[in-house]
Amino acid sequence: MSAAENGREVLVRVKGVGKVYRRGSEDIHVLRDLDLEVRAGDFLALMGPSGSGKSTLLNLLGGLDRPTEGILTVGGDSIADLTPRELAAWRARHIGFVFQLYNLLPTLTAIANVELPLLLTPLSKSERRSHSEAALKMVGLGHRLKHYPRQLSGGEQQRVGIARAIVADPTILLCDEPTGDLDRKSGDEILSLLQELNRAQGKTIIMVTHDPHASHRAGRTIYLNKGQISDTMPE
Amino acid sequence: MKYFSLIWSNLLRKKLRTTLTLLSIFIAFLLYGYLAAIRGAFAGNISMQGAERLITRHKVSIAQLLPIRYRSRIAQIPGVKNTVTCTWFGGIYQHPYNFFPQIVVNQESYFDVYSEFKVSEKERQAWLNTRDGVIVGRSTARRFGWKIGDRIPIQATIWIKPGGSQAWEFEIVGIYDGQDKETDSSQMFIRYDYFDETRLFAKGQIGWFVVKVADPQNSFSIIRQIDTEFANSSAGETKSETEKAFAQAFAKQIGDIGKILIAILSAVFFTILLVAGNTMAQAVRERREELGVLKAIGFTNAGVLGLVLGESIVLSGVGGFAGLGLAIIIIAQGDPTHGALPVFVFPASDVLLGVGITIGLGLLAGIFPALQAMRLNVAEALRRM
Repeated sequence: MSAAENGREVLVRVKGVGKVYRRGSEDIHVLRDLDLEVRAGDFLALMGPSGSGKSTLLNLLGGLDRPTEGILTVGGDSIADLTPRELAAWRARHIGFVFQLYNLLPTLTAIANVELPLLLTPLSKSERRSHSEAALKMVGLGHRLKHYPRQLSGGEQQRVGIARAIVADPTILLCDEPTGDLDRKSGDEILSLLQELNRAQGKTIIMVTHDPHASHRAGRTIYLNKGQISDTMPE
Repeated sequence: MKYFSLIWSNLLRKKLRTTLTLLSIFIAFLLYGYLAAIRGAFAGNISMQGAERLITRHKVSIAQLLPIRYRSRIAQIPGVKNTVTCTWFGGIYQHPYNFFPQIVVNQESYFDVYSEFKVSEKERQAWLNTRDGVIVGRSTARRFGWKIGDRIPIQATIWIKPGGSQAWEFEIVGIYDGQDKETDSSQMFIRYDYFDETRLFAKGQIGWFVVKVADPQNSFSIIRQIDTEFANSSAGETKSETEKAFAQAFAKQIGDIGKILIAILSAVFFTILLVAGNTMAQAVRERREELGVLKAIGFTNAGVLGLVLGESIVLSGVGGFAGLGLAIIIIAQGDPTHGALPVFVFPASDVLLGVGITIGLGLLAGIFPALQAMRLNVAEALRRM
């Protein structure tokens, strides 16, 4: 454990977590007896081959799914103990998602897309607008507020996706292959932006990626292989 | 309201599909308004008429005449406040297409019995002083451009004059208004005394009596007394009933228009329900990932249910209210048949029912897709991406 890690609280605690999906009569163990700790302010890359359980782990961390066994706490909240309604409110307060394919609503402008998470808050319309505008400016899109997703490049759309993820100031950013659909240059810009959010604002980021280049930009990388943590890159 | 722009933007996603669905709903509600007005035209007056007026006609049919001397005997029955006689004139003004009802009545008391027809005292006096005078309703006067003082020729189809002439001529001495827009103002009233003296045959015979009772509570007892009074009468036995029952029976002679129209509307709305339901189901199927994203960022299951239902209600509401609105505007222009439907209005109760159907249609069309969206597993929806 480094000196820097010593001073920061453990934000995510995964202890003995397993996830089993049932397909017909067959049980598929996607995650097995997984232990993991993520500290506040970490920028963690999760790597591994397809089917290794990266996205499943990300879903569990984001409260989109529940573990079959084990303990999973984020910021002290045990995911498994929350009702669906509480879990939705918890996600709104603590989690910002960044998706590989951006997943913007095509019928909404950039600023309206960013405003979506704020609809769940008691903020007034003008406050929502000013927060959304600030988030878009932060990702360098202050000049693209009224543009629709189809009018933006892939890199710009992903920036809108990041602005949407950070606008409600969540505890953790969960990024699922955020550069997977971008060219190298745009991908580098997005990674720089994530690094900036991590370093300047102390955002905790957990990023799933296939790309070793992307993982090098993270502060820490762990590998998943067949549902278990591995110290080295699987073959 | 903060979700409205989200709901609205979703509706605009597939503009052609939304437009076609909106058009279907719009046409359905326009049709609803029109058919409600037609149904009201056939049966609407019935609801206005209570039990305070009775109709006494020949027991065999309304086409059989009764002697006018019955009038004084009816007047003597306790509880009877007033009695007038009516006879169908059935004349043609210029062309059979120009149909409007002409009724021969007792000029001295007709407007006391039919107080919903408003005519000035001066015009009533003029009618009493003019033997060939008539009072016409405002809608008919407006339709033909008639004014007080005009002389109008009417071709009789039943009541010929001595010598075989069918040509009658009357002077308009008054124009009556209905007390509200649902009151028929298309009729023309002819004086009985002039009519009886001038016609060739059936003198002293009338079509039916209208009996106004002092207390509607006693209507059924008075009905029994009238019919008992003329039982076994060689001049004709009578059949009495409330005006409401009479009008309903009359309406039934031309078929149960209400039931036919309700059947048509039910088929129309069922089809529209399928169209709108299909639109919503498709919209939800196409947006599984987006709904998954909304849930991922914190929308609850109930919130997603509300969004989809809201979308369905807005879809139905925009089409429905536009259709109802245009129906109100068109129906306000009046009878499109120029006389066949004198009371052609869109009753407020039917407008309210239309609003209810609009919202109900939205809820029904959206409920299954909304439940589907609510149950959507967010992890599975995002895995499809």
